[in-house]
Amino acid sequence: MAAQGATATRSGLRSALPLLAPAYLWLTVAIFLPLSAMVFFSFMTELSLSGKPWAFTLGNYAAFFSQSLYLTLLLASLRLGLEVTLWCIVIGYPAAYVLAKVLKGRSREAIFLLVILPFWSNGLVRIFSWAMVLREGGILDTALNAVLPFKINIDLMYSYPAVIIGLVHSYVPYMVLTCYLTLQAIDDSLIEAGRSLGATRLQVLKRIIIPLSMPGLVAGAALIFVPVVGSFMEPRILGGRTGTFYGTVIEDQFVAVFNWPLGAALSFILLAVVLVILAVASPVLRRAA
Amino acid sequence: MAGVQVSNVSRSFGAHKALDDVSIDFADGGFYALLGPSGSGKTTLLRQIAGFDFPDSGRIAIGGESVERVPVEKRRIGMVFQNYALFPNMSVADNVAFGLSVRGEPKATTATEVQRALDLVQLSKLGGRRPHQLSGGQRQRVALARAIVTKPRVLLLDEPLGALDKALRVDMQIELKRIQREIGITTIFVTHDQEEALTMSDRIGILRDGRLVQEGPPEEIYDRPQSEFAATFLGDANIFRGDATGDGIRLSDGTAIAAGAGAKLTAGARASCAVRPERIQISTGAGRSDAGGANVLNGQVSKRIFAGSNSTYFVDRDGQTLKVIIQNTGAERLAEGQDVVLRWSPESTVLIAAV
Ligand SMILES: Nc1ncnc2c1ncn2[C@@H]1O[C@H](COP(=O)(O)OP(=O)(O)OP(=O)(O)O)[C@@H](O)[C@H]1O
Ligand SMILES: [Mg+2]
Repeated sequence: MAAQGATATRSGLRSALPLLAPAYLWLTVAIFLPLSAMVFFSFMTELSLSGKPWAFTLGNYAAFFSQSLYLTLLLASLRLGLEVTLWCIVIGYPAAYVLAKVLKGRSREAIFLLVILPFWSNGLVRIFSWAMVLREGGILDTALNAVLPFKINIDLMYSYPAVIIGLVHSYVPYMVLTCYLTLQAIDDSLIEAGRSLGATRLQVLKRIIIPLSMPGLVAGAALIFVPVVGSFMEPRILGGRTGTFYGTVIEDQFVAVFNWPLGAALSFILLAVVLVILAVASPVLRRAA
Repeated sequence: MAGVQVSNVSRSFGAHKALDDVSIDFADGGFYALLGPSGSGKTTLLRQIAGFDFPDSGRIAIGGESVERVPVEKRRIGMVFQNYALFPNMSVADNVAFGLSVRGEPKATTATEVQRALDLVQLSKLGGRRPHQLSGGQRQRVALARAIVTKPRVLLLDEPLGALDKALRVDMQIELKRIQREIGITTIFVTHDQEEALTMSDRIGILRDGRLVQEGPPEEIYDRPQSEFAATFLGDANIFRGDATGDGIRLSDGTAIAAGAGAKLTAGARASCAVRPERIQISTGAGRSDAGGANVLNGQVSKRIFAGSNSTYFVDRDGQTLKVIIQNTGAERLAEGQDVVLRWSPESTVLIAAV
């Protein structure tokens, strides 16, 4: 019986191989090769593009620990990731709830389109649009002053809030989508059953809806937290001088200082830290869900 | 415990009247079956009573008090949904405990109440399981335990046995009835299945297109249907149409059919007579005199279906096919194509006004 089963799986694998091959080939070329090149770079003293001599070193990794600046920036980036993720939950989850459980038919499609729209616009265009809105004398400033009876000065440009706003706007669709999918899968009769058993709307939310949609919340949080911690475009353009984060430092090493080995080493440290955080958080979150 | 009074309730979805002026008095402690074809408004009526949806007009009272402004969670009802609606993120015991814990009952009393409810549905050993680890019948019992543990005033059941196979269904019918009798709770039970309605309930209401067609004890509805629809929907019936004669009808070919039950109609009006298939006697016609003013019709057997304990004969007569069910006593069987005589008493014939 067991042997038969094993043969069956093996022959199943063999027939699936031609179908899987292109995917694995693509993964090898697109991810594994560049990544291993980066691992290699991160241990070099010098990128020998100009034919300079180079040697293997651990110095790039040591640099992270010898200068407190990197750790400070990493912590700032982690905090940024956490804050953006929280804002995305605060904004995205209720939106997903309304989409999945309140709206029906045409209005649902229309709102859905609005939520997805940031996905379809170019990232740079999006960020520069925010720059136009947030700067002094920009759209927000002008509009508020047109409505309010007193004069106020709104200049959010080149500030931490501007970075948060830009990042939240870019990433909130992930949260809406993942939460929408799990919320939509919750049968309305579960909510009605909860109410008929004497639970208020709030109790139903806390004890049925949120636990059942936890997988969506976790997936959305992971999808947002990881790229935000390493983000550089929004911090640089909207943050100005306040927008120095771990990601921007890595970017500098690649495009400005041309110290690829250091940039690569810093990236891998970030990757390791993020993986550790996800590994620690996942059992806790799984239990909550 | 409390009765439920539904008075002149109407509910429309757009132009469609899902409930049209429905009035039913659900007696305290009774077991009431709501029967009707798909889309007739059974679920809609339950949802009005539960408070998930609100009538456009009319009044609903539970225990004598109007519940117009009472939200679902304050109505103290128990509901068992067609798909059970167990919470997948909780164990069986937590599902049952839900209603008690949201109202802040102490942990100790909750635990004993939950255990008692699980004992009642004979699932005391499965409290630690998740709903997806249960069979259909077990899930249904968990749903029932969850609904009754809060001691609701009214139990609403929306086709709770719909997904079960025949044997399990019969088991669950017996168990449900036992539990209902044990705690004496007012129960409103929606079903598609006429046999289920007949065997389980003290009263039956038949809905059609949002209207209450007829309402009463099972025997009364079965023996004295007030419409062709009620006659054919609850059980089988042979329907004859003709003109009322005062104590029956006259068919278009002049044959008179006497009716001993049903409506009193003035002569000449359009009317129907209904006869249950098992009330008709079938014979070859030889050696019997027509005694006692029985209704007699001649026909020809067109088909016979053997079903073990009984047989169904289809008899053609003047363009109409009549259905006759007789017990299989081992006596001679009638062949297809044979000429036969049908006899039944006027007392078995119900006169119905044409609509
Ligand atoms: N929320 C709604 N919106 C629009 N129409 C509805 C809604 N709920 C019910 N209806 C309509 O009302 C009518 C009665 O529906 P209901 O669910 O009460 O039928 P039912 O008797 O329970 O049928 P079934 O036996 O198939 O469950 C149907 O025609 C249905 O399409
Ligand atoms: Mg229904």
